Parts: sequence; structure tokens; C-alpha cells
Amino acid sequence: MIEGAIWRKWVFFYVPMALFLLFLLFPFYWMVITSVRPDGELYRPWNSINYNPFWTWKPTWDHVRYLFEETLFASWLWNTTFIALASTAISLVCGVFAGYALSRLNFPFAGSLGSAIFITYLVPQTLLFIPLAEIIRNYRLGDTPWSLILTYPTFLIPFCTWLMMGYFKAVPRELEECARIDGASRWQAMLYIVIPVAIPGILSAGIFAFTLSWNEFIYALVFLSSPAQKTVSVGVTSELIRGDVFYWGPLMAGALLGSIPVAIAYSFFVEHYVAGLTGSVKG
Amino acid sequence: MAISAVSATTLREAPPPRRQRLLEDERWLAFVLLVPTIVLLGMFIAYPFIRGILLSVTNSRVGMPGDFVGLANFYKIFNDGIFRTSVYNTFVYTGVTTVFKLALGLWLAMLLNRNFRGKAFTRAFILLPFIIPTVLSTFAWKWMFDPTFSVLNWLLYHFGLITGRINWLGDPDLAMISIIIVNIWRGVPFFAISLLAGLQTISPELNEAAAIDGAKPWQRFWHITWPLLLPVTMVVVLFSVIQTFADFQIVYVMTGGGPANATHLFATYAYQIGIGTGLLSEGAAISLAMFPVLFLVVIIQLLYIRRVEVR
Repeated sequence: MIEGAIWRKWVFFYVPMALFLLFLLFPFYWMVITSVRPDGELYRPWNSINYNPFWTWKPTWDHVRYLFEETLFASWLWNTTFIALASTAISLVCGVFAGYALSRLNFPFAGSLGSAIFITYLVPQTLLFIPLAEIIRNYRLGDTPWSLILTYPTFLIPFCTWLMMGYFKAVPRELEECARIDGASRWQAMLYIVIPVAIPGILSAGIFAFTLSWNEFIYALVFLSSPAQKTVSVGVTSELIRGDVFYWGPLMAGALLGSIPVAIAYSFFVEHYVAGLTGSVKG
Repeated sequence: MAISAVSATTLREAPPPRRQRLLEDERWLAFVLLVPTIVLLGMFIAYPFIRGILLSVTNSRVGMPGDFVGLANFYKIFNDGIFRTSVYNTFVYTGVTTVFKLALGLWLAMLLNRNFRGKAFTRAFILLPFIIPTVLSTFAWKWMFDPTFSVLNWLLYHFGLITGRINWLGDPDLAMISIIIVNIWRGVPFFAISLLAGLQTISPELNEAAAIDGAKPWQRFWHITWPLLLPVTMVVVLFSVIQTFADFQIVYVMTGGGPANATHLFATYAYQIGIGTGLLSEGAAISLAMFPVLFLVVIIQLLYIRRVEVR
């Protein structure tokens, strides 16, 4: 694959790759090292002598302890998990059903409905958050997890539908027809024949939807107000900064711990995640 | 159970209940399957969209319904210096980051398309900036750009590139550059992995044949890889443009629109006006001002996808 001398391999492959990895991963290293570094070392000006910012010999758990003892971080973690799981479940059910209907059933307006769902896929949250905040208030959902569990599917369902349509189209029609000849109803054929074949697609859609809802910020920021209801992103943003004072140690520890659940979920399903990601743009 | 076995056999003979007969009809089944989606999307996308338009032509504030004022809000924001700056910023931000994300993402995708040890592992790690909640990773960047404790300043100082500190987020231009860097950092993995998927569909024999015919690597890229990759590139770019144009999180965390409102985007300014100061209708108008551009991109994307499908 790579022709020529050894130095070419270094110049055209190893060095650029290493630089990419450094650029992409350094912030995470910085997060880790900051969250275990004692305050005395953290707040040393960048130009003080004999200061090595990349390592610490006195790692501390103080920041993590602060997070769990002085803030509601544990509740934020729980809220985020619950909201992400519930909205993913709702979106998967809706997306699988809608994807099946749009890809395998003949009915009037199927095409225009498909396009409409695709368009909502491209509606960013920042376009609608102000009227939505009003609507959430009118429905009396403000400051409850349900304000997010019901609104996150608006950007998850279109994606799940889109992805599932691709998977359902790949399931041969004969499979379903055989089941129908054996006496299965349409409903049963869908539930027991077509959907099981598309399980890899459901996993991809699920893991992708889970990371997206874990990542969501502006709806959570606008709809939730009491500290106990907040998600990790919003809690860290609003409770660990007092005025102009940033609590960098706990902030970084919170950022790290808030990232770990989603990173673990991702690491188990990397292949499915990548399939979801590429499927989401391929169509 | 015995009873269920009996009932299953009798069911076969007896005409199925009405509900099941309805589900045998394709149109009814499709309707039933689509209802939950249509209800949710209608309630939380279509309805808010209409509410947003209605809101933007009134003068309502938090807790006050307000009266019809026509296009006064739009007139007001178009004469607002900060709004104009945010429009300009949004276009610069979207344009610059997209070019860099595409170039770097394509480069990284080509690197990943080779065979090397630890490839799967590398690919998994490269996606981290895209997986980790943006707000949380942006805090790491904010800390790296901190005026007093910046590790970047430390590095530049020790390499002898600077003598005094750089106040990254305190200067309007540097602050803009900083948020552009963070956006590129977050977006490159998405471009790289999507383009890698596209690269993998290109048969290596094409490249080999061209190499035998004496085509240089650059020529091979320009005449084989690039045209074959173009459909994927188009879709990835359009997706990214929409996301970047409507971005909120990075700017909100990094600068909050500051210093002196110099780095606002549409979304952060809409948040500041609509939620921060409670001028709901004006905030809704600022948000909706994004719509024409987003609409244009979506139309391009729909037409493009249709053209690819027809082929």
C-alpha cells in the first residue's frame, strides 16, 4: 500500500497520524489530569518556573468528593441516564414502526410523508427552543424530566426512521410473504419476521440516539430550572460556576464523570455506532 | 397452556376480529404505525414552528401575551448592530470551520483507509470528540484557553514562540479563532469516519489500474477518489453546515457571546434576548431569521438526494 522508502512512511503516515491523535485526544488527557490535580498545583500561573503542567505527583480525589458531597452531581447523572434511556426507547418504537410503514407498505402520501420526516430530521433544536419553552410551560411540563423525554424524540425519531428505512428495504420481500402464506397476519409478520432481521439496525439507531440525547444541551438548559432536576451538562454549567469563579477541579471531574457512561456505552457498540453514523448521512 | 392451544386452532376458523381485519389493510396498518411519530413531531416541531412565527409578530414577553406588531421585531433586529455582527459571525464560523473540517477530515480518512496495526482501536478513539457531550469537552477547551492558567500559553512560551501571555478569549478576533478551533476539533471525526465509509466503497483496483498507467498519487486522488467520493462529501458537508450554522453549545460555554457581544451566533443571541432578557418575541424572531438559510440548504440536500436516487 505505502510504496517507497521508510522515511516516506514516516512523513506521510506516522507523523500526520500522531498529530491528529494529539489534537483530537489532548483535551481528554487535560480533563483527566486536571480532575486529579490538587488546587495548589492547578492555580499556578502558566509562566511560573519549574512548573510541569502535564503531570502530578500528588493526585487527589478531592474534586470528585466535592462533586458528590457538595453538589447534586449524583442526581444529575441519574436524571441524564433516565431521560436518555426513556427518550431513546420512545424514539426506537416510533422510528421502527414509521420506518417499516414508509419502506414496506403502500399507502397514499407515503412519499411526501417520508420527505416531511426527512425535513424534520434537519431542523436544529436552536430554531424552535423559544416557542417550545412556551409550549412546555403551557402543558405544565416545565422543570420535569418529561419536558425532555417528550421533546428529544423530535430529533431522534426522524433519524431512527431514516436509518430503519434503510435496513427494512434490505430485508427480502419473500421472507415476509412466506410467513403470510403460513398464516401470519401482517402485524405478526412485521413483529416476528421483519423486525428481528433488522436488529443490527435497531442497535445502531439505539446507541446513536442514546449518545445524541446524552449530548443535548439547549432544551435541557431552557426547560429545567431547579438544581435537582438538571442533567449533567446543565448542572455542571450552572452550578459549578459562581459568577466569575470557575471551580476548575470539580468542573473537569464532572466533565470526565459525565462523559464516562456514554463512552462506555459507545465502546461496547463501536461498530454499531459507526454504522449508525454513516447510515445517518448515507440514506 | 391447553386453553391457548385450543383457542389458536379455533381462531383460524373463526373470522378474525374487526381490529385484526383492519390491520390486514395496508393503509390502516401504515396509519396505525405512523400515528405516534406524527403526533410527537406535530406537537413538538410543527406546532412550535407555527407558534414561533406567531410569537415573532407580537411583542410578548415572559408572562405577558402581547399584541400584534407586524414585522416590527424583524425591523428592529435588522437595525441592531449586535444582530448584524452575529449574522456575520455565523457565516464566517460556518464557512471557515466547514473548509477545515472537510480538508482535515478527508486527510484523516485517507490515513485511516490504509492498513496498519491498531486500526480499529485508532478509529474508535478518533470518534471520541464527537461522542463526548459537547458542553463537557468544551469546558476542557475553555480551561486550556484560560487567560491566566492556559496550558497553550505555557507550550507556546516554552517553545519560545511568545514572550507574554495571549488572552485567548478576551480579544474579539482571538475569541472567534478559539471557538472555530473547538468546532473543527469536534467536527473532524464526523467528517473522517463518514468519508472513510465512502472511501471503503471505492474499489482499490481502480487506483491500481491508474497507477499502472502511470498516474501520480495526486492525479489519482483528483481524477478517481474525489469524483467517486463526491456524493458522500456533499451530504456530509450539507449536514455539517446545518449543524454549524445553528450551533449554540460551543459559543455559549467558551465566550457566552462575549467579549462585548463580539462572538454571538444566531442561536446564542436568540438565547440571550429571548431567555436571558425575557423578550420572547424578539428572541423568536432572531431564531427564525436562521430559517431561510437552513431551508435553502435542506432544499439543496433534498434535490441532491433525489438526483442520486434517480440515477
